[in-house]
Amino acid sequence: MYLLSILLDAATGYLGAGVGAGLAAIGAGIGIGRIGGSALEAMARQPEISNDLRGNMIVAAALVEGAVFFAIIICALVIFTT
Amino acid sequence: MQKLQRVQHHLIQCILLIIFTFGLSVYPLSAASDSEQEPAELNVGELIFEHVLDAHDWHILTWKGHHISIPLPVILYSPEKGLDVFISSKFHHGHSSYQGYKLEHGHILSEDGSKFYDFSITKTVAAIIISIILLCWIFITAAKSYTTNKGKAPKGIQSVIEPLVIFVRDDIAKPSIGDGYIKYMPFLLTVFFFIWINNTLGLVPIFPGGANVTGNIAITMVLAIFTFVITTINTNKGYWVHIVNTPGVPWWLKFPVPLMPIIEIFGVFSKPFVLMLRLFANISAGHMIILVFISMIFIFGNINIWAGYGTSVVSILFSAALSLLEILVAFLQAYVFTLLSALYFGMAKVEDHH
Repeated sequence: MYLLSILLDAATGYLGAGVGAGLAAIGAGIGIGRIGGSALEAMARQPEISNDLRGNMIVAAALVEGAVFFAIIICALVIFTT
Repeated sequence: MQKLQRVQHHLIQCILLIIFTFGLSVYPLSAASDSEQEPAELNVGELIFEHVLDAHDWHILTWKGHHISIPLPVILYSPEKGLDVFISSKFHHGHSSYQGYKLEHGHILSEDGSKFYDFSITKTVAAIIISIILLCWIFITAAKSYTTNKGKAPKGIQSVIEPLVIFVRDDIAKPSIGDGYIKYMPFLLTVFFFIWINNTLGLVPIFPGGANVTGNIAITMVLAIFTFVITTINTNKGYWVHIVNTPGVPWWLKFPVPLMPIIEIFGVFSKPFVLMLRLFANISAGHMIILVFISMIFIFGNINIWAGYGTSVVSILFSAALSLLEILVAFLQAYVFTLLSALYFGMAKVEDHH
């Protein structure tokens, strides 16, 4: 009986939007995690350039997040416009 | 004896899992059967969108069913009927029409379907005016104190503004633009502080704050268009040569099918587009998450009042933590927008290396 409600979610696109938003979050996590990890590694090797690294890390993280938010907006559009 | 204990442990786990799974299955069914089961008209989606979208009055609070809000002026121009200026309380929250216009779901429609242009002072516009007054007050005071305080150590608002302006100049403008950065400094400073102050005001829950300015895609679109226009105006020939005939790329990517130029032109438009989307999505998402956490209190409260009280503790802690994160995001998004704008300005002038 609640298989039918799951099928209803898939038909109206809600299931796809939910799964899409989750995948987008995974993408953000992996991307920003890698950026942060390599930045920290570099800071550990050469602490005196920490400040330069921090700025570049933030720029790269914001760019990756931009792509992720694009996916989130598409999912939100699916849900909120019929 | 140990094996029996492990079997009992696993059996209890299985039973709990089955109860949990079938217990939760009650909720999709009740959610699918719409809001007849939720008393007192709690529609979470509508509530969230009310707070995130624009409106013709500034809603302060609802006291025992009465909406206390500040009505804002409605300015409409129609080629046939001329200019109509009136206060939005004449609409009585959508229950009556006035001078041939009616309010439906926050949008003004004309009763006879004629075309008109809406120049109203809506909540977002009023919030921008408030933040501009705040910005002008802070910066004009700081600028004046450089003439009255000439040659002496900075004091007062100067000591706050000076490090921030130097931060924008030394860490954003100079590394990205190089020489000639001074020309872009007014725009970069304006954009940085405008976005930062509006992001922060959006986090304040009551009157002068609480309007979703930078989470409105029209506002961020205008800022991105400014960046695009300034970049395009300040290009030199090398920039366009790099788009149409990118050096260092094999010839078969440019002729006969101009693949590289298409990608480069797409890049020219996608860079400001992503600027717009990044700021809009970050700020709207932050506001919506905090609203969802608060609404969860009421959702659980409708099921059982004690569940509501319990949820409110957790919810408020989460909202407080998230608000701290949002303060960081407010600064970060302003920094990223300004930095990327500065980078695009720097990349506008390309030197031909041949």
